Amino acid sequence: MAGKTLYDKVWDAHVVNQQEDGTVLLYIDRHLVHEVTSPQAFEGLQLAGRKPWRTASMLAVADHNVPTTDRANGIEDPVSRLQVETLDANCETFGVTEFKMNDLRQGIVHVIGPEQGATLPGMTVVCGDSHTSTHGAFGALAFGIGTSEVEHVMATQTLLQKKSRNMLVSVDGEVGPGVTAKDIVLAIIGKIGTAGGNGCTIEFGGDAIKALSMEGRMSVCNMSIEAGARAGMIAVDETTIEYLKGRPFAPKGDTWEKAKAAWLELKSDDDAQFDEVVRIDASSIEPQVSWGTSPEMVASVNAQVPNPADDEYANKREGYERALEYMDLQAETPLTDIKLDRVFIGSCTNSRIEDLRAAAAVIKERKVADSIKQALVVPGSGLVKEQAEKEGLDKVFIEAGFEWREPGCSMCLAMNADRLESGERCASTSNRNFEGRQGQGGRTHLVSPAMAAAAAIAGHFVDVRHF
Amino acid sequence: MKPFTQMNGLAVPLMRANVDTDAIIPKQFLKSIKRSGFGVNLFDEWRYLDAGFPGQDSSTRQPNPDFVLNADRYKGAEVLIAGENFGCGSSREHAVWALDDYGFRSVIAPGFADIFHNNSFKSGLLPIVLDKEIVESLAAECEASEGYQLDIDLNAQTVTTPSGQVYPFEVDSFRKNCLLNGFDDIELTLQQRFRIEEYEDARRKNAPWLFDVPS
Repeated sequence: MAGKTLYDKVWDAHVVNQQEDGTVLLYIDRHLVHEVTSPQAFEGLQLAGRKPWRTASMLAVADHNVPTTDRANGIEDPVSRLQVETLDANCETFGVTEFKMNDLRQGIVHVIGPEQGATLPGMTVVCGDSHTSTHGAFGALAFGIGTSEVEHVMATQTLLQKKSRNMLVSVDGEVGPGVTAKDIVLAIIGKIGTAGGNGCTIEFGGDAIKALSMEGRMSVCNMSIEAGARAGMIAVDETTIEYLKGRPFAPKGDTWEKAKAAWLELKSDDDAQFDEVVRIDASSIEPQVSWGTSPEMVASVNAQVPNPADDEYANKREGYERALEYMDLQAETPLTDIKLDRVFIGSCTNSRIEDLRAAAAVIKERKVADSIKQALVVPGSGLVKEQAEKEGLDKVFIEAGFEWREPGCSMCLAMNADRLESGERCASTSNRNFEGRQGQGGRTHLVSPAMAAAAAIAGHFVDVRHF
Repeated sequence: MKPFTQMNGLAVPLMRANVDTDAIIPKQFLKSIKRSGFGVNLFDEWRYLDAGFPGQDSSTRQPNPDFVLNADRYKGAEVLIAGENFGCGSSREHAVWALDDYGFRSVIAPGFADIFHNNSFKSGLLPIVLDKEIVESLAAECEASEGYQLDIDLNAQTVTTPSGQVYPFEVDSFRKNCLLNGFDDIELTLQQRFRIEEYEDARRKNAPWLFDVPS
């Protein structure tokens, strides 16, 4: 019998019951909760007279709606405020641990879970948020769910699931200097497409993945969903263990030792069988820039906007033409000629301390171009912000002309006041370049933190390796 | 959940690939703490020329005359014929609620994003996967003949066109059964309460760190 993949192992360890048709009742270890996708679930629970099965499995935070400017006066928008207050009230009623808006530990749910050690290897982790795939960086099985499933997990600590197929994406060899985790994952999505991982759990492997820090691994797994896969996973190794040691929610003492031994087994067996295997040569990956309205519409910074009339795009012509029209781009424009209005460094993809360090290193002693209307840095959590300030990164950003903000999802999806005006063009370290994502009529280009920083200085895209 | 058995309804084609959940229901409407009322903002940025925001008086909106749902002939549509990878992006179930609230009961596409597909079954919206060529031919027929209605029979797992052409589709047997009967998933699962408790007891012994109350 063939060996097991990492996904097989974590899945098997969580099967409560399997029906004849293959539907599995899967146990959920960690349930992360935010304000947007939980109110209807809490309401459903109350209407049915049910209680959460295990509140200790839950950790809640408001991140999508919170303002990133001065919070002394609370939330100005009454609709946003009601949603955050509803979360506060529900957590109070049901006894759920919540980091409230003014708690130092507050931040983007996918930043604070790992930061607190609330995400642990081998766990099943769910949240009513598609970027829950982030937590797979720890060898956890982590995926986004809808609000009905949020209620189901609250009430039963389980989900009804069918197993996905196993896909291995192996990034072989080493990336060149100046090429980051974000460039790796954008290149993967460019290769397999935005539906390439539909029905699959992706395991990211290969030397280039093993060489990444936990922050980098989280950026890669975060965007699994942009490749169509609900979950992405990376095997546990010493890098994982080192990151988790001493975190508040991580086990301590003897339990830590026992856990560590179990976690180090969380990797695919040598003879494991994958349903699909994709290999990418790491040395071929260059800094990436998305040019269209889907994350698969991405290219090397040194490339040009594709020409939909070319034969090789025959299958995608209509989508490409529509994207270029929305993005107001001409075919065959060099990506480095694209001028920007705003720059956003933040989001659950790229708002961790290493991301901020990478951006700060590029802008040090430089100034944001006069043509840029706004350059924003939104740290992923209060603790990331505090650490960055200890290192003086806030001063580097502010002196260069960036705004230094409070933590939250911010301009990644523009549910709070941070958004693009119609027609504005943004270099963004976030994860989605969909039409209107960062504000109605706004145009998003996805890049790494270093590339966003360089674009802020230059006023247009540049290859950060020669900047 | 409301059951889905059989229906006959007006179809409308929207054949763009990768229609994402941000397009289906833009983020500003997710601030609602309710499950209903999203239909008026379905496809908001495509459907209206003016900017949409929560709490707006919908009678003052400017419909985009070029958007397919605004054509008189498609008023009251209940079946959406859609392109590949429909519902990609965010996990927001609000996308399903918006389609349902607008009046759609089924979406037919060559493929769906996983989370959207899953969410659809939870709210009684039937996602049907058919070969791309078939979906394209349905869309073409629909455009060519006004009042084009499709008959969908979940029990028989068939889509029947006005000319009598029958296309069978696959559906997960468990989900089919839940949808046909309108079962409440949570109630079903809680019937296995003892199994969940047994699992927890065993798991607590070999992986106690998963059960420690956070400090």
